[in-house]
Amino acid sequence: MKRWLPFPLLSAVLAAGWLALVGEASIAHLLLGGLLALAIPLVAAPFLDHLQHVVAPGAAVRLLFLLIRDIVLANIAVARLVLGPEARLRPAFVSVPLALSHPQSIALLASIITMTPGTVSADLAPDRRTLLVHALDCADPARLVADIKRRYEQPLLEIFGC
Amino acid sequence: MLASATNIALGAIGLAFVLCLLRLARGPSAADRILALDTLYINAVALLIVLGIRMASTFYFEAALLIALMGFVATVALARYLAHGNVMD
Amino acid sequence: MIIEIAVSALLMVGSFFMLVGAIGLARLPDFFMRLHAPTKATTLGVGSMLLASMLYSLQDGPSLHELLIVLFLFLTAPVSAHLLAQAALKLKLRSRAPMPGDFPRLPD
Repeated sequence: MKRWLPFPLLSAVLAAGWLALVGEASIAHLLLGGLLALAIPLVAAPFLDHLQHVVAPGAAVRLLFLLIRDIVLANIAVARLVLGPEARLRPAFVSVPLALSHPQSIALLASIITMTPGTVSADLAPDRRTLLVHALDCADPARLVADIKRRYEQPLLEIFGC
Repeated sequence: MLASATNIALGAIGLAFVLCLLRLARGPSAADRILALDTLYINAVALLIVLGIRMASTFYFEAALLIALMGFVATVALARYLAHGNVMD
Repeated sequence: MIIEIAVSALLMVGSFFMLVGAIGLARLPDFFMRLHAPTKATTLGVGSMLLASMLYSLQDGPSLHELLIVLFLFLTAPVSAHLLAQAALKLKLRSRAPMPGDFPRLPD
C-alpha cells in the first residue's frame, strides 16, 4: 500500500482532475485516470519527500472561506484604488518577519499575500526569515504586517501544526 | 439579453487587449513587457470563454486551457531569464 | 431565465475586473504598482467568467472543465507575479516606494 500509493490524496486529485479534463466517466477513462494517478506520484516522489501534513483540516476550511471573502473584497478595494486619482496612492515596501519556517508553508503564505488586499510578495530573504511585501496603498506599515501575521500566518501555523 | 451581455463582455475584453498592447509597446522595462504579455494571455483565455458561451460550444474550452498553460510557462521562462540569465540550472 | 440573468450578471462583473486590470497595467506609474492590477483583477475577472460559463453549460449536464482553468489560474498567478517581482528587483527598477532598510538582500 505504502509502496504503490505513497500519496493517496494526490492520487485522488489526479484521477478526479483527469476525469474533469476529459469530461466523461467511461470505463476507459476511469482506467486511464487510475493509471495516471498511480504513475505520476511514483515518478514525482523525489520532489514530494519533504511535504508538510495538514493536522487541522477544520482550520484549513476556515482559512479557505476567509480567503475567498478577502479575495473578492480585495478586488473591489483595488479596483477603486486603480480607478481613483493616482497621486493619492501610497505604495510601500514592508518586511514581514516570518514565524513559519517550512518552505511549503512559506510558499503558501507568499501566494496568499499575492492574491489578497493590495499586496504582492516580492522577495524572500536568503535566510528565509523575512518576506518582502509591496503594498499598493499602505498608510501604516506596522498594521499591515500585524494584519498579515494574524489573518494568514496564524491559521497556517495551526493547519500544519508547527 | 445574453447576446448583449456577451457583446459588452467582448467589447470590454477588446479594450483590455488594446490597453495591454499599449503597455507592451511603451515598456519601459523588459519586466513591464512580460507583465503585459502575461495579462494578454489571461485576456485571451477570457475571450475564448465568452466566445464559448456566445456560440454555445465547448470546443473553445480546450484552446483556453492550452493558452493558460502556455502563458504560464512563457511568463515563468521569461521572468527567470531576466532574473537569473538562464531558464533552467 | 434565472440562469440567463445570472450568467449575464457574472459576465458583466468579469468584464469589469478584466478592464480594471488592464487599466491599472496601462496607467499606474511604476512597475511594482502595475504588478498589482493584472495579478488580482484579471484572476477574479476570468474566475467570474468561468463561473458564468459553468452556469451556462449546466443546462445540458454539469461540466467541470471550467473549474480546472480557474484552479490552474489561481495556482499560477502568484507564482508568475513573484517571479516578475524578483526580476524587477534584480533589474533594480525605479519604484515610488523606498526599499525598507531592514530587509537583508544578497549583494550582487
